[in-house]
Amino acid sequence: MAQTVIDTANHIAAIATKAARVQVIAAYPITPQTSIVERIAELVESGELDAEYIRVESEHSAMAACIGAAAGGVRTFTATASHGLVLMHEALHWAAGSRLPIVMPVVNRALGPGWNIWADTTDSMSQRDTGWIQFYCADNQEVFDTIIQAYKLCENEQVLLPAMICLEAFILSHTYMPVEIPDQEKIDDFLPPYKPGWFLDVNNPLSHGNIVSPDWYMEFRYMMQEAMENAKRLIPEIDKEYGKYFGFEHGGLIEKYKCEDADLILLTMGTIGSEAKISVENLRKEGLKVGTARVRVFRPFPREEIRKLAENKQMFSIIDRGISFGMEGFLAEEIKASLCNQKDRPLIAGFIAGLGGRDVTFKTIEKIAEKSSEWMRAGRVEKETVWVDLKE
Amino acid sequence: MSTIPSTRKEMPITTLSSPTVGVGKTGFWRTFRPVVDFSKCTRCTLCWIYCPDAAIARQEDDSPKIDYDYCKGCGICANECPVKAIAMQREGE
Repeated sequence: MAQTVIDTANHIAAIATKAARVQVIAAYPITPQTSIVERIAELVESGELDAEYIRVESEHSAMAACIGAAAGGVRTFTATASHGLVLMHEALHWAAGSRLPIVMPVVNRALGPGWNIWADTTDSMSQRDTGWIQFYCADNQEVFDTIIQAYKLCENEQVLLPAMICLEAFILSHTYMPVEIPDQEKIDDFLPPYKPGWFLDVNNPLSHGNIVSPDWYMEFRYMMQEAMENAKRLIPEIDKEYGKYFGFEHGGLIEKYKCEDADLILLTMGTIGSEAKISVENLRKEGLKVGTARVRVFRPFPREEIRKLAENKQMFSIIDRGISFGMEGFLAEEIKASLCNQKDRPLIAGFIAGLGGRDVTFKTIEKIAEKSSEWMRAGRVEKETVWVDLKE
Repeated sequence: MSTIPSTRKEMPITTLSSPTVGVGKTGFWRTFRPVVDFSKCTRCTLCWIYCPDAAIARQEDDSPKIDYDYCKGCGICANECPVKAIAMQREGE
């Protein structure tokens, strides 16, 4: 029987590793991720999860251990956050380039200085070009479901890339919510054991990551891009299949809410997406035709879906919990890039909100929508990027 | 995987290779060639231990056999030899 548990997203992520029958876990603690690997340590110690648990001396080593284990042909897991993730940066490229299906929750936390342990997406966003697939979750159920879905996706021979499962610090990581954990038998059926196409084997020696000349380097990179495109096609399919098995779907690449008849779309990621639904309800009562679209997958970026969403819309307002210094919000950049060749496109405004864990409540989002609606009626965006609730 | 592909379709998914003998012969980098005087050699095996490229084989009687296909001529063996049984001779002389 499926079982409902009430727990934090971090503990749910640990339960998901057990459900996915992960074989090797490399663990290094960092706030606010620590309770993921702590709970996994308990599961391994008690024998509930039959896996190798490797304690390492840094996050760079954690990823190196995962690369070694995954190259050995087993299902591999680690989790990190913030400074731990950016320390891993070099190894992230190696994992993706070696085409190893490692799955890693990233608890989105601000980078210092100033020292800050609260929610901010700059950590994972600054890893967007490493060749990792990136999911962003809106609740604890989605964290569980996405970890299972990610192994299925990443291990598909048309993909073979690693994936980050991003969840915001404390808002999800340490917040208790009810989550349905499906039957193990059904999960095993949905997610069969990993069958690697190649692996390191002492009886059949092989090396990977060797030198490759300019004659062939580009082709390897092209194959990674192809794999990303395949992932873009497969993510909605896997999400639907998961829904058929277990009853939970999360919108594939983009979760849309009341977008069909809307003039104004609020584009969000992560938990701001679930908060925005409340704002949409309130604003619709006041007569504003508004909807919200939560971009669930940032890499591969759902360019085609964004183009479809933009048809007959007057305005896109994009909320980012992070900033690319010298330009604008990460999501705002990508959405503008996706629409640049479209003839009729909506007005676009970017909003920076919630950096370093500042609350983004439904009221904050309503304020953003009201400012957007003003510009929409005027047919002109006054400011390319607005910093919401910035102290003057 | 040890053959060079001619099209993208023949390529492995990432840079994989099986060990092979015959490619990347580094012996041609050599300027000086180590030559062993077996009348002086005491079969101590220090040259075999120290060779950084594993280009010295240890034979049944513990005497060294230098693989000139891979020896880069670094001279470490000659430097380490306690009885000066290895001479470094300029290539081509």
